[in-house]
Amino acid sequence: MWDYLKLAIYGLIAVLAVIAASYARDIAYQVHAILIMLIAAGLFIYSLRRVGEVKVVETGYMDGPIRVGVALTAFWGAVGFLVGTFIAFQLAFPNLNFAWAEGYLNFGRLRPLHTSAVIFAFGGTALVTSSMYVVQRTSGARLWGGNLAWFVFWGYQIVILMAASGYLLGATQSKEYAEPEWLTDVWLTIVWVAYLVLFMGTLMKRKEPHIYVANWFYLAFIITIAMLHVINNLAMPVSIFGSKSIQLFSGVQDAMTQWWYGHNAVGFFLTAGFLGMMYYFVPKQAERPVFSYKLSIIHFWALIFLYIWAGPHHLHYTALPDWAGTLGMVFSVILWMPSWGGMINGLMTLSGAWDKLRTDPVIRMMVVSIGFYGMSTFEGPMMSIRAVNSLSHYTDWTIGHVHSGALGWNGMITFGMLYFLVPRLWNRAGLYSLKLVSWHFWLATIGIVLYAASMWVTGIMEGLMWREVDAQGFLVNSFADTVAAKFPMYVVRGMGGVLFLTGALIMCYNLWMTVMRSPAAETASDAQTAPAE
Amino acid sequence: MMDTYSLFRQIADSWVLLAMFLFFIGVVVWAFRPGSRKIHDDTANIPFRHEDKPADDRETGSSDQEEKRQ
Repeated sequence: MWDYLKLAIYGLIAVLAVIAASYARDIAYQVHAILIMLIAAGLFIYSLRRVGEVKVVETGYMDGPIRVGVALTAFWGAVGFLVGTFIAFQLAFPNLNFAWAEGYLNFGRLRPLHTSAVIFAFGGTALVTSSMYVVQRTSGARLWGGNLAWFVFWGYQIVILMAASGYLLGATQSKEYAEPEWLTDVWLTIVWVAYLVLFMGTLMKRKEPHIYVANWFYLAFIITIAMLHVINNLAMPVSIFGSKSIQLFSGVQDAMTQWWYGHNAVGFFLTAGFLGMMYYFVPKQAERPVFSYKLSIIHFWALIFLYIWAGPHHLHYTALPDWAGTLGMVFSVILWMPSWGGMINGLMTLSGAWDKLRTDPVIRMMVVSIGFYGMSTFEGPMMSIRAVNSLSHYTDWTIGHVHSGALGWNGMITFGMLYFLVPRLWNRAGLYSLKLVSWHFWLATIGIVLYAASMWVTGIMEGLMWREVDAQGFLVNSFADTVAAKFPMYVVRGMGGVLFLTGALIMCYNLWMTVMRSPAAETASDAQTAPAE
Repeated sequence: MMDTYSLFRQIADSWVLLAMFLFFIGVVVWAFRPGSRKIHDDTANIPFRHEDKPADDRETGSSDQEEKRQ
């Protein structure tokens, strides 16, 4: 029965998508409708060929989506870093905004493609994939809901495709990190609710009496992103056949909603979700339990209670009331404490096993990642202080801060996760080459240092140049003067990007060779790590 | 009649603030309650238990785990 219903649904979606494509009012919408039509038609044919097939009930862990997810995380990472490096050079050498590709490949179109590719494609796929792995292992239960995991996984990839193609074709609602238009937003809402159901369903049938702390962080990430996404994207489409929509909020309310969303995207997507990763993969790689489980509980509650208020620090010196800015600033500063509590908890997990740093480049990656987490969660509160913000805001210092967090913390912990997962998922005795992991580690670390250092210098320099006045009170520098002065730092930043990208490509090669060439693990029980007791 | 903003503002910075603060203090006290160490040690070791396959239906509680290890 379900087979026939499924066929009917796929067929209906395909037909509706064809109609939508033919009535489309703009090219982005048309491309999206065609994309949906192709996917629905493909699924229709796929399901048609499998009607009446006997289904085998599987009882082991569901690792299919995780294997695909690991491969796609590495792929999206490489794509996102490539686009990022390219737009870094576009800023240094404006001629790279080719005249023939104007309106498609210029900085303005590629920049949201880069941010979404690294945050939502690379980071998001890493989160979806790792959460499915971690929730199964820490619950001792197979993913709930049969093929629901596949729906969540591919549904999220469709969101990525729609967002990326929409940006290049000009469909954007101009909200930072929430650029996709209503059609993509609606689809993401459906996928995200399915993700929540999948995660909760698996937790509910867990065999362990307690929910391990990593799952608390993943759950906070899933629930909060659902809330942020829905509220920040409240909009009315102009037409059901066009991608344009009108926002419900306007003016300062819109700005406040946007940065409440924007900062909590950092807080719950790039922090809480990745802390879930940290609390599972660092203990696993170090082969010892987390330093203090009590601290992890306090870390969790303090983090989620404080982060949600930090958004207004993005709107100092704007139409936002001062009290709201002060509130955001104070909470940002207090947030420093749980952040460092979490950092200490992660780092101290290695106490008694620090010698592993010498022999295991994967754990080295994880430790550096936690170090960057500590560094950017110190830098962030400092920059949220109104007086510091008056210098740093609108300068490249902000970009440097974001990248030390994103490349250092999110990037490195994800690389560590990939190096951990690939040998286990494909049942290999070990990685193809630890030497290449070391190469990746150093290229990435030096790349981040070049990136962050050049952005600090150029950010503070341009902030000081903007506020410099002469004896008569006239501004000394024009905007173009600051742009010209930034050129050398922009080139250094681009070189940092090249190093980081090279490291990621080495990782892709290493992981590929691990799957293809590494000897198989002898038996399943040999590969299992002994309990650290 | 107060406007919605002022009403929400007043509730938020009095009772809701107090409730959230007390909840948070409660969480901290609960984490440090006597006898929590054993549970926390057991929970912290969850990642080292079911690496390859789901748990059997029989081994459910942490007490079972404890017995098995002894």
